[in-house]
Amino acid sequence: MNVLELRGIVKAFGDNVVLRGVDLAVDEHRVVALIGGSGSGKSTLLRCAALLETVDDGQVLLDGEDVTDPRVDADRVRRRMGVVFQAYNLFPHLSVLDNVTLAPTAVHGRPRAEAVEEARGLLARIGLADKAGEYPDRLSGGQQQRVAIVRALAVRPRVLLLDEVTSALDPELVGEVLALVREVAAQGMTIVMATHEMGFARQVADTVAFLDGGVLLESGPPAQVLGEPQHARTRQFLARVIDAGRL
Amino acid sequence: MALRRRRRARPVLSTVVTGGALPPPSELELSRRAWRRSRARRSTLVALASTLLFAVVAYLAVTRSPGWPRVQTTFFSASVALESLPEIARGLLVNLQVLVVGGLLVLVVGLGIAALRTLRGPALAPLRFLATAYVDLFRGMPLIIVLYLVGFGFPALGLQGVPTSPFVLGTAAIVLVYSAYVAEVFRAGIESVHPSQRAAARSLGLTHRQTMRIVVLPQALRTVTPALLNDFVALQKDVGLISVLGAVDAVRSAQIQVGQSFNFTPYVVAGLLFVLLAVPSARLADAVTARARRRQQSGSLL
Repeated sequence: MNVLELRGIVKAFGDNVVLRGVDLAVDEHRVVALIGGSGSGKSTLLRCAALLETVDDGQVLLDGEDVTDPRVDADRVRRRMGVVFQAYNLFPHLSVLDNVTLAPTAVHGRPRAEAVEEARGLLARIGLADKAGEYPDRLSGGQQQRVAIVRALAVRPRVLLLDEVTSALDPELVGEVLALVREVAAQGMTIVMATHEMGFARQVADTVAFLDGGVLLESGPPAQVLGEPQHARTRQFLARVIDAGRL
Repeated sequence: MALRRRRRARPVLSTVVTGGALPPPSELELSRRAWRRSRARRSTLVALASTLLFAVVAYLAVTRSPGWPRVQTTFFSASVALESLPEIARGLLVNLQVLVVGGLLVLVVGLGIAALRTLRGPALAPLRFLATAYVDLFRGMPLIIVLYLVGFGFPALGLQGVPTSPFVLGTAAIVLVYSAYVAEVFRAGIESVHPSQRAAARSLGLTHRQTMRIVVLPQALRTVTPALLNDFVALQKDVGLISVLGAVDAVRSAQIQVGQSFNFTPYVVAGLLFVLLAVPSARLADAVTARARRRQQSGSLL
């Protein structure tokens, strides 16, 4: 059963067409890695899936329901998805604990005590239990991003959308964030992630999808797409990544 | 050195080689658009209907009140309005002059004060202190008291060369007070520019002054334009206060005519003229704010 399915997604900003009809199906408990150069449309695709952008054509289906139908309440749909952004986007005026408990209490109406208990548990699992009372600016980038992931998980989403979650991090902090993503994936969370970490995609993803110029050129198991790419554009892209020492 | 800003450069969203335009929208997308349009039409109709209903209720409530006939003749007499309009409009020209001259002076003085307040270093402490004291004094004191003090105090000194025209003195008082407000707006803008911008400019070897002029102020101005326009709208009506010094402006000439006829309609006329004056600036402020917001989050839904 597909948790998330994208059908013919088209998105333009003015006359700049960013997505030109992208199809992508994400099965439950699967991890899909979106790769592609900057400007290829990875982030826009995720933002469309999260209903943070209105698509210009095509459909987003969440658990089989067409959530791009304007009759659907987008706020209710977003409750069932978790999104983590490149720049963490923690709320700077709230403590770490309040960042994590905000959505469970304010959106899902769960009792505060229960939400706090669960949040503390989640923070303990990522080794940040002692930071619960701190404000985000006292945390390192890696710690902030891990809190952001926990914040997204706290609402028990059907699917987790990760938008280049390690791109803004110092290299030595990338590992701790990827380790958390790996753990979350191992527990069966359905994940779609835009990433530049090819090594990580190869190890963790079930499917790698290559976007180029707003078109999904090829997708398949990591060994196939990263090992024996069919398209010249994919080979070019991977060669550039290897040149940059990132594979 | 010609440092020319490239205005309104397109935001570089992607390096995609855009091969052709959008494909024609699908049936589904067309039906979605139709639904959104009908939704928008319905909301507009509901808004129109509720506004109309409110207007009718308000109209009936006012016109059926027992005192309405009297109020109508003393405040809303068409013949008195027509009669008083030319004089009041002539007075409004005085207000406009104060507005233009005062507005420009306020910008200059306000910016100067703000620059003084942002100076760093112990040697410049007295300047900084003076600027702070100025802002505290004139932001705290009611405009009307400043008008009295300047308008009646200065001429009383009997000094040679001190102007006695209520026009000049009224403008001076308004500039004194508004400069304090505008200085704070400028200062907020200057401090909103991220320190890293200053660091980048100084690392290129620019002096403090160059950094301010070429890097910090242009960015600060952009953030504070809506706030400045808001202050400008406030200034537009406060220029009517120079009438307390005896300058024959719109408010004063309305007052004169009220005194002659014991009909308050001229005040309403003057008030409406000030509103007419304010509306374009208010819309301009809205447009500028909207543009700034668009620039910040182009294309975002939320």
